[in-house]
This record gives sequence, structure tokens and C-alpha cells, in this order.
Amino acid sequence: MVTLRVNGVQRSFDGDPSMPLLWYLRDELGLTGTKYGCGMALCGACTVHVNGSATRACVTPMSALEGASVVTIEGLHPRGNHPVQLAWREHNVPQCGYCQSGQIMQAAALLAENPRPTDEEVDAAMTGNICRCGTYARIRLAVRAAAGRRG
Amino acid sequence: MSATIQNVSRRTFLHDVGAGSFALAIAMPGARDLVERLVTGGRASADPFTPNVYLRIDPSGLVTIVAHRSDMGQGVRTPLPMAVADELEADWGRVKIEQAIGDEAAFKTGIAHVDGPGTQNTDGSRSTRHWLQPLREAGATARTMLETAAARRWNVPVSEVEARAHRVVHRPTGRTVGYGDLVAIARELPVPPREQVRLKHPAAFRYIGKGVPSVDLFDITTGRAKYGIDQTLPGMKHAVIARPPVYGGRVASVDSRAALAVPGVERIVRLAEAPPPSGFLALGGVAVIARNTWAAIQGRSRLDITWEDGPHATYDSAAYRSTLEATVRRPGKVIRNEGDVDQALARAARRLTADYYVPHLAHATMEAPAALALVADGRCEVWAPTQHPQGARDTLARALGIPAERVRVNVTLLGGGFGRKSKPDFIVEAALLSREVGAPVKVTWTREDDIQHGYYHTVTAQHLEAGLDAQGRTIAWLHRTAFPPIGSTFAAGTTSASPSELGLGFVDLPYDIPNLRLENGEAEAHVRIGWYRSVANIQHAFAICSFADELAHAAGRDPRDHLLELLGPPRHVDPRRGGVEPWWNYGDPVELYPVDTGRHRRVLELVAERAGWGRPLPPRRGRGIAVHRSFQAYVASVVEVEVDAAGQVTIPRLDIAIDCGLVLHPERVRAQMEGGAVMSLGNALVGEITFAQGRAQQSNFHDYEVLRLAAAPRETHVHIVPSEAPPSGVGETAVPPVAPALCNAIFAATGKRIRALPVGNQLAT
Repeated sequence: MVTLRVNGVQRSFDGDPSMPLLWYLRDELGLTGTKYGCGMALCGACTVHVNGSATRACVTPMSALEGASVVTIEGLHPRGNHPVQLAWREHNVPQCGYCQSGQIMQAAALLAENPRPTDEEVDAAMTGNICRCGTYARIRLAVRAAAGRRG
Repeated sequence: MSATIQNVSRRTFLHDVGAGSFALAIAMPGARDLVERLVTGGRASADPFTPNVYLRIDPSGLVTIVAHRSDMGQGVRTPLPMAVADELEADWGRVKIEQAIGDEAAFKTGIAHVDGPGTQNTDGSRSTRHWLQPLREAGATARTMLETAAARRWNVPVSEVEARAHRVVHRPTGRTVGYGDLVAIARELPVPPREQVRLKHPAAFRYIGKGVPSVDLFDITTGRAKYGIDQTLPGMKHAVIARPPVYGGRVASVDSRAALAVPGVERIVRLAEAPPPSGFLALGGVAVIARNTWAAIQGRSRLDITWEDGPHATYDSAAYRSTLEATVRRPGKVIRNEGDVDQALARAARRLTADYYVPHLAHATMEAPAALALVADGRCEVWAPTQHPQGARDTLARALGIPAERVRVNVTLLGGGFGRKSKPDFIVEAALLSREVGAPVKVTWTREDDIQHGYYHTVTAQHLEAGLDAQGRTIAWLHRTAFPPIGSTFAAGTTSASPSELGLGFVDLPYDIPNLRLENGEAEAHVRIGWYRSVANIQHAFAICSFADELAHAAGRDPRDHLLELLGPPRHVDPRRGGVEPWWNYGDPVELYPVDTGRHRRVLELVAERAGWGRPLPPRRGRGIAVHRSFQAYVASVVEVEVDAAGQVTIPRLDIAIDCGLVLHPERVRAQMEGGAVMSLGNALVGEITFAQGRAQQSNFHDYEVLRLAAAPRETHVHIVPSEAPPSGVGETAVPPVAPALCNAIFAATGKRIRALPVGNQLAT
């Protein structure tokens, strides 16, 4: 039995302890905002916050989450207006949008740890998140804008 | 043939439309019976002349516009409905977008050369090109009827009223009435003939040419947007499938005991293989049915399967490359021939020869293929991220042995498409499994499935020869291309490129060279070949734009100036003069969309100027330039690279200019240029699928690389040519010229010519 909090709600899980958090969120809790992209922590589509840190849910087994606090895109902000979400909309970042939950969660974690990242720091933090539509230029702009908004 | 617009709400209840709404459908002549069927609640059949796109207005004033094209990131769910709303004089804030199901019968442009099988097939960069005008007419017709309704209500001449922002105004008195309040009258009106419907003057456009934010923006940024992989139904089972690792292979034997022992695994189902050419059908194999995706994945890893690999078991892409290269060193089938190339080459002061190679690519959409299906009582309903709902519907009907009328295809958002999701094989899998299991089944492809069982971009060898005169002018051009054609996926033994594949940047060579000959060699396919964003333009633009650069350097000329000289004076190029018959021209009339070198020149000059072409650069930096027409758009790019001492390429700056005719949504055009450039850079720098023993050698993003953020251009500048020409395609058009511009830049920076993609470690020192 694993007990954890997901978006502030207490949960318990007694299934296969090797099940990655990704499939627990998607298949068991119906939180489909967190996406499957690769299953090997290579693309970042599944990025969530575990105890505040950007974490690839696709390679994080449930057994590692006892007592953890997990935040997904659905729980990032009650009205969807986190500074990163606002900046993403301001710059019309998404194309297909599939990777953007992961991008936003990655950027939000970066700014929580480092409110004023340099361009190099933004690149280093975001380059693990693949966008096949190629929205990278706007991701950089939006992260910078969100950093400014957080002031 | 022209469309008429019928007021279907006038008769009775339109399926899926609330009673009392004012609804419009565009109908083709002869479609009356189908309109009747539509309005009486039955689904229209696949009759080719049937009613199509409609909008509706509720008494509350809410306008619902149907998006009948699939959104895979190009954003089509916004701009096309926006054009309807503009002509309707609707307030965008009171417009709702509804995604259409797959129903060829319901959706037509009314443009004869456009309509046909696959009208909803969202590929070929056709949505705006083919739909802007019919959808403007649909909106304008409704606006005209609302004006008529208001005039009737006030008992004033219709010339005194005018629709403005969701209301109709009586100009002499200033009275106004909202659209919702006109619904009851408008429902009873006859539809005005087309000639009485006046489209807006561009100066009056509210949204066209300006744009509105994507209708899905909020949902995407909050995780609420639903893609195919996110679909669920009560009682749904999850499936993951072990497919034959070699195209055309089959299961010899399977031991499922260990798989069945995995907690959560419920059943193992054998899916029959579809022997090559498998077309749109499922590849077959062994499916694991489970309570959740993870259990299905775990179960599959414990299947013990012995495969019979079949006729493609020896496919080796390295060996095949040699075969292809040998093919293009021999004469091929002549496709276009002007002047006398052999004689001109013989008398040339200088001759140049170069061979180019472009490998297989996998689409690697971020959302790998996934679909949910429910098959019960002889009916099938699916929820899928499909570019081609009609292809899906027909294929499902065939695979299940039921009429297409009993198949309903719901189109979800697509997490990327790029051509992969115009093929419904993954949807067929879900349907076959649902029928077998007797429950809704969602099939999820893992990334490994996606990379190893794709409809790959083909593999191409090209041979080019040119003759220069004493002044360095190009007087002869010979181009041979050979690649396994897409047709091989559908018809056994297809080894020659189709007119459409040759139309993708090959036969429409715009250069002003008196002697030219274009040839196609035969090539046998050993994997499923499919459309990949910009398709054969990828290899053709790479070879042509690279070779043009080689000629410039050989002649000691500036590449931009030399390209302008190659393009020659502004004129229309007609490949039919060189014997190209039929000339596909992207399915469009030549009169409307000629090859216009004036437009090549304009984008080239614009991008060069904006990119600072000719300005000095520090050592190890270089700029490359290329221009290419595809999908009726003209796109030119200047890429600036820096190659460090270790051979690592970075891109400080990329400029790209497009002339796409009338611009519907400038911001989304920019987005497509930015994203298409990134995809092209990824293709060129790192993209490659190889095969050994018939098996794809890559499996995930560690060995099938795509461009990542840190490698993206430091600066990207998009330049749009203002134009009133008919709208062209946009979505695919950035891809062709960027890769050769990159490689030309690498040459400028290093003196190393890249003739085989990807660049990979060719620059390593």
C-alpha cells in the first residue's frame, strides 16, 4: 500500500508497486493531462512535480512515492492561471499541444527553483522536453516572460 | 459544378442540432435526397454529392461552427471557423466550435477539382487552400439571410439593413436586433442563390488576415485537452500489441503463459496479419488485453513469440543504399525533357556531378498512435486522432465486414500528425480487438511501436549532373531520382514514383536552363512507405537546392545572385512543355496556381535582405540559402550556422520567408514556419531510421533523435509576403528549403559538402 497526495488529495494505491506514476495518474485517476511520450524519461511529456521537483512520471514507480506530494498540470493552479500558463497563452506557444503539459510543468519547476534563469539555464532545463511541432522559440520566450511576471 | 446552400432547418429536425435552430448546409446539386435524410435524423450515406459543411445559430444567439478538418497542431480548428464567423459578422466570443465526425457525404467544398474521396483528409496542406472560399460563402450566405430576416421583421427594404457584430442594424433609424432573435424568421427563408451573396471586402474583415487565439489554447495549457490516447469509456480494456518486427512477417508460435500471469492482464488475442501490401490495414500480431496500460505493456514483454519474418527478412538499408545509388547512375524513365542535355553536357566548358542520399524517417508524433473503439451489435464507433476520418471509416467497414454507414468515426485532437495519422491501421486494431473482447478497447502504441512499425518516409538516392558554359552559366541539368514509392504500400510491385510524388518538387523545377532532363528510376519497397510532412519535397528540395549551391561555388558566384540567375526572369514555368503528362500540380488548376518564378524571386530577395545576406561573419560561421515551391507556397530560408572545432553545429539565426497568397491567420502561419523549420533541421541534423534483417534499428528518442530545444536556432525570423493571390498551403512548406539551406551554410562555414543526410557526425574532427 502506497499513500500519497495528488493535487492535494490524499490517495492510496495497492496495485503493482512497479507501475509508473504516469499510468496511475492516467488510467487509475483519469488525470490525462500528464502525457505518455516515450516511457524512458527521454522526452518530458510526462513531467509532473514530486515534492516540488520536476519528475518524469513514466519512470517513477509507485513504490517510490510513499508520502509524496504529486502535482500534475491539472493541479498547477486552481484556475489554470499559473504565471507559466499565462505566458504560454500570451505567446501562443502550443501547436498540437500534446507535449505542453510537460513543458509547462518543467518550466514551472525551473522558475520555482530559479526565478531568474539565464538563457543557458532555460535551455539546460527545457532541452529534455521534446516538442515535435517545434515550438522551442516560443517556449524560450514564454519562460522568460513568466520569469518577468513572477518578478 | 457549384455548391448551393440549403436551409435544412426549414424542413425539420437536423441530426445533432437542437430543434428550433437555424442551420445551414452547403449541398451539391443532386444531393436533395441526402439533405432530406440528414434532416430527418438519419446519417447521410457515402454518396459523393451530398450536403456538407454547416453552421447553426441558436435562439440564444450562440453560433456553432463545425470544424470538419483534423487539428494536429496546424491549428485548423481556429482559422477556418474564424473565416465563417467573419463573413457571418459573428462575434467570435459567441461562437462555439464543434468537431465533425468522419462523414464524406456531409462535407464538400463544391469545387469540382477538390471534392472526391478524402475530402476530410487533412493532408497535403489543403485546408485553407481549398476551404477558405467555400466557408466564406457559407458564412456570407447565413449573414445575407439574417439581414433579410431583419428587414422582414421591421418591414423595411433589405438595402437599409446591415449585419454588424452579431446584430443586424437598421441604418436609417439605428434600431438593432440580435442574431438569436432572427432565428425564427431566418429558418423559414429560402437560401439566396450564390450570385446574391456578397462576400466582404477585405477592408471589412474582422478576423481574416488578423487572427484570433486558438480555440484549444486554454484546454491545452491546463491539461484538459483530450487527444486519442486520453479517451475512455466505462468498462474499457487497454491493449498493447506485439507486431511482426519485419514487414510482412507473421507469428509462427506464441507462448502466452507468462504474459497471462502478469496481474491485470486479462486476455491474449491473436490478430491476423495483413500480408504486404498491407495498405491501411492492421499489421496483426499478438495483443495483450489488460485492466490498465502498464499491465498490458508488462504482459507484452513476457510474451514468447517466434516470428516468421517473410520476404523482407533480409532488408538492410546500408546495402539498399548501394542498390539505389547504382540505379540513379543508370538512365531512368524520362519524366521531363527540354532541349538536349547530352549534347549540352558534351560541349560544356565544365561539368559537375553529385549524388545525394536521404534516409528513412519516422514521424514520431509526440502522441504515438492510439485509438478507442467500441464494436457491438454490428456497429462500430471509434474515437481516434485521425487526419483522415473517411479513410478510417472505409477501412474499418472493410476490416469488420459491415457497411460504412454503421461506422462512426469521432475525431479527437491529434498529438501531432505529420502524415502518420492519415493511416488508420491503429484504429482498425482497436476495432478488431473490441469486437473480439466484447468491450470498448483502447490500443496504445508505445514509442518503440511507433518507431519500429511506422509508415516511413521513403529512402532516396539522387544523381545530378550539370554543364556550365565558359561564363559559368548552367546550360545543362540532369536529375535522376529513385525511391520506393508510397504506392508500394497499397499495390504490390509498385516501383515507380507516382505523378503526385514526382510533382512534389521534382517536375516543377523552376530553373531557367535550356537543356534539362529529369528521370525516375525504379525502387522496390521493403517497409511500409507513407507520407511524411512535405513528402517527396524533402529529398527533392535537398538535392536541387544543394546542387544549385554547388553550381554557384563552382562558378565562383554568390549563391543568392546565382539562384536568381538560375530562376531567370519572372515567368510561368509549365512542366508539360517538357512532356510531363499528367502534371499533378498539387491537384490544382494551373491557371490558378502556376509555377511563378517571380514569386520564387520575391521570397528569395526578401529573406536574403532580412537575414543580412552578404554581411561578414566571424570564422567558422556561414550562411546558406535555398528557395522552394511546395503546396503552391513559395518559401525561402537563410540559415546561419557555427561549426565548432569538434564539428558541432549550432544555429545562431534562421530566417524564413513565405509567400502563401492570401494570409488567413498570420500568427499561425508564423508558427508553422517556426515549427516546420525545426522539424527540417532535425531531419537534416539527426533524423535517420536504418534497417538490418528487416528490422528498424532504432526504438526510442535516444537512438532516433529529433531536434531538441538547446539545438534550436537561437533566433528565428519569419517574413510573410503580403499577397492577394489565392491562398496556398502552409503546414508543410517550411520543411523543404531549410535542410538544404542548413547544409549550404555548413559548406560556407567549413568547406565540407553534405550530400548524405543526416549530418550526424560527418563534421566530427
